[in-house]
Amino acid sequence: MHPLIELVGVSKSFGGTAALHPTDLAFPPGLTTALIGPSGCGKSTLLRLIIALLKPDTGKVTFDDLEVTETSAQQVRRRVGYVIQEGGLFPHLTARANVLLLSRHLGRPASKMEERLEQLCSLSRFPRNGLDRYPAELSGGQRQRVSLMRALMLSPEVLLLDEPLGALDPLVRSSLQKDLKEIFARLKQTAVLVTHDMGEAAYLADEIVLMNEGRIVQRGTVVDLRDHPASAFVSEFINAQRSAAF
Amino acid sequence: MKARALFGLSLLLTTTAVDAEKPVVVGSKKFTESYVLGGIAKTVLERAGFPVQERAGMGGTIILWQALRGAQIDVYPEYTGTIGEEILKTKQPLSQDEMRRALARFDVGISADLGFNNTYALVMRRTEAERLGIRSISDLRRHLELKVGLTHEFLDRQDGWRPLAATYGLTMPNVSGIDHAIGYAALAKSSIDVKDAYSTDAKIQENDLVVLRDDLHFFPEYKAVFLYRLELDPRAIDALNHFGRIDEEKMTSLNAAAERSKDYAYAASLYFHSAPNDAAPRRDLGPKLARWIGRHLQLAGISLLLSVLIGLPLGIVASRGGPIGQAILAVVGMIQTIPSLALLALLVPVPFLGISATTAIIALFLYGLLPIVRNTATGLQDIPPALRDSAIALGLEPAARLRKIYLPLASRTILAGIKTSAVINIGTATLAALIGAGGLGEPILSGLNLNDNATILEGAIPAALLALLVQGLFDLLDRFLIPRGLRL
Repeated sequence: MHPLIELVGVSKSFGGTAALHPTDLAFPPGLTTALIGPSGCGKSTLLRLIIALLKPDTGKVTFDDLEVTETSAQQVRRRVGYVIQEGGLFPHLTARANVLLLSRHLGRPASKMEERLEQLCSLSRFPRNGLDRYPAELSGGQRQRVSLMRALMLSPEVLLLDEPLGALDPLVRSSLQKDLKEIFARLKQTAVLVTHDMGEAAYLADEIVLMNEGRIVQRGTVVDLRDHPASAFVSEFINAQRSAAF
Repeated sequence: MKARALFGLSLLLTTTAVDAEKPVVVGSKKFTESYVLGGIAKTVLERAGFPVQERAGMGGTIILWQALRGAQIDVYPEYTGTIGEEILKTKQPLSQDEMRRALARFDVGISADLGFNNTYALVMRRTEAERLGIRSISDLRRHLELKVGLTHEFLDRQDGWRPLAATYGLTMPNVSGIDHAIGYAALAKSSIDVKDAYSTDAKIQENDLVVLRDDLHFFPEYKAVFLYRLELDPRAIDALNHFGRIDEEKMTSLNAAAERSKDYAYAASLYFHSAPNDAAPRRDLGPKLARWIGRHLQLAGISLLLSVLIGLPLGIVASRGGPIGQAILAVVGMIQTIPSLALLALLVPVPFLGISATTAIIALFLYGLLPIVRNTATGLQDIPPALRDSAIALGLEPAARLRKIYLPLASRTILAGIKTSAVINIGTATLAALIGAGGLGEPILSGLNLNDNATILEGAIPAALLALLVQGLFDLLDRFLIPRGLRL
């Protein structure tokens, strides 16, 4: 299958410290891939490189065969949805205005936008009467749902999620995990999920990419990782997560 | 919207800078006698059929002389001694004809002398002078313990304190600079013992002071004259030369009337028709106050608008840091450290500015920049990185990010900067009166000049109230301009 996003020899360092060693990685369409690993392993850096929030030191990132550069970045970003921890909602705009911001800016017809908003509300289980509230008036879980709606508004080809559920309490978190899984399945959405939670990765992702210290350690399904760990680190990481859960 | 604001602004600027009728502009210095002589010149010219605009109490010799040369004024009263020492800077006393020829090189003419000599003098309290047996300036040598308080101009003049002290051998250690009008109060309270005065000063009689005899003939003659631009209509020049004479006694009584009534125009009118004693016209505060406040708001408002229009983009550039950003913050910060009085004085010699409302507006505009630039830069820099990333990742162009996300997020801080600028501007605009730009500084200045607290308060109280009002208005404005989501 032709990959939608491809990284070839991409590396990035900050102030002499390598955050990501030269890496090759491709994301196939229609699947959810989880980037997992301990803090500082380079998983968020990788995600930020895809959407051109960072510029690679070496190598190149391509999106649908288009190289991601300063000039093409705008075009790529509009084909990608991006959700971060705590939502990144703009506090001066209502939920509705946050979701519609880009389509209004692009001058999309109002009736089309309303229709889409309607769909997204039911898809992400967000109450319609919450649309006119400001982010400060919403709960943490509701904010993440709005953030997801904003990312999905223009039907992006890829959804990038950077620890989207990291700041939520366990009950809200598990209900959102369920809804996310349903959405991914329903939309056949290509998605890249950054998380440090093995259970979440196993539940949501078709494939897992385990990273450590700026390198990819192993790639495969959760069963592959559990039964055929590539190194001692892989089993340690999986076991540590399991003992934390029980 | 923006275009309309700019249009309104340019309209206001042109109406303040240009007058259709081209009246003869009469200036005067910032002391009673000069105000009165200015008023007399105004009436003389009006009677000769000229429209006249008065720019009363503009400042000291240098400001008036430069305004005359720069054609911002056409006429002002001056003294022969000052012309020789301060303007032409000659060591020898000049004859009237020599003076006329020297001034003609600057395209300036000099009228016949008005009939009195208002020389500098040193004065003391009569009781103190009699107790110490001091009659002449030479007698001061025996009492070097006396405290001397002098106007700043006299301290620095070529014919002022230093050469006077050298001529008479006065070596007293206690010499300080003090405002002329405040000096009389200081003299009355014995805070100082000796001060400089003008020989026709009404305060000499009023405060029971004695003039010390200039026994070494140090002070040159200070005959009053009008200086005018040679380009002035010959009929106007003729009128200024032939309206009559004012002797010392008359001048002293006009000065006294001016200080009693606190109305210079009334005192000037007494020269033409001696009114019954003390029948000063009632001063109508209402219309005057409205005029001062109107002008004050105009000065502060236009300058604030300029500060916002220029400061906001500068703040946006400064928020990006780098050498340019740092340079912007350094320059606007430096402007703020220049004392406001000095900034006005620095701007007056700039071509096309001079003594005008435009100069005052530019000075106020420069002062208003720092709070707006700094707050805009800080407000933008303080936006959380996660929100910046979200705005970029969403795919908005840089200009749209700024307009739709960053500026609204920084609006509270930016508005706080604008509010600070507005309040500072209202306060600083009182100094505009120093260069004849009017506003609430006008009564404050003449009050200082007359040593009259009531007149000072006529300007100071409305200025303070205005500052409070502006603060309140901006607090209200916050509700409209700061997005509701940021106020939760």
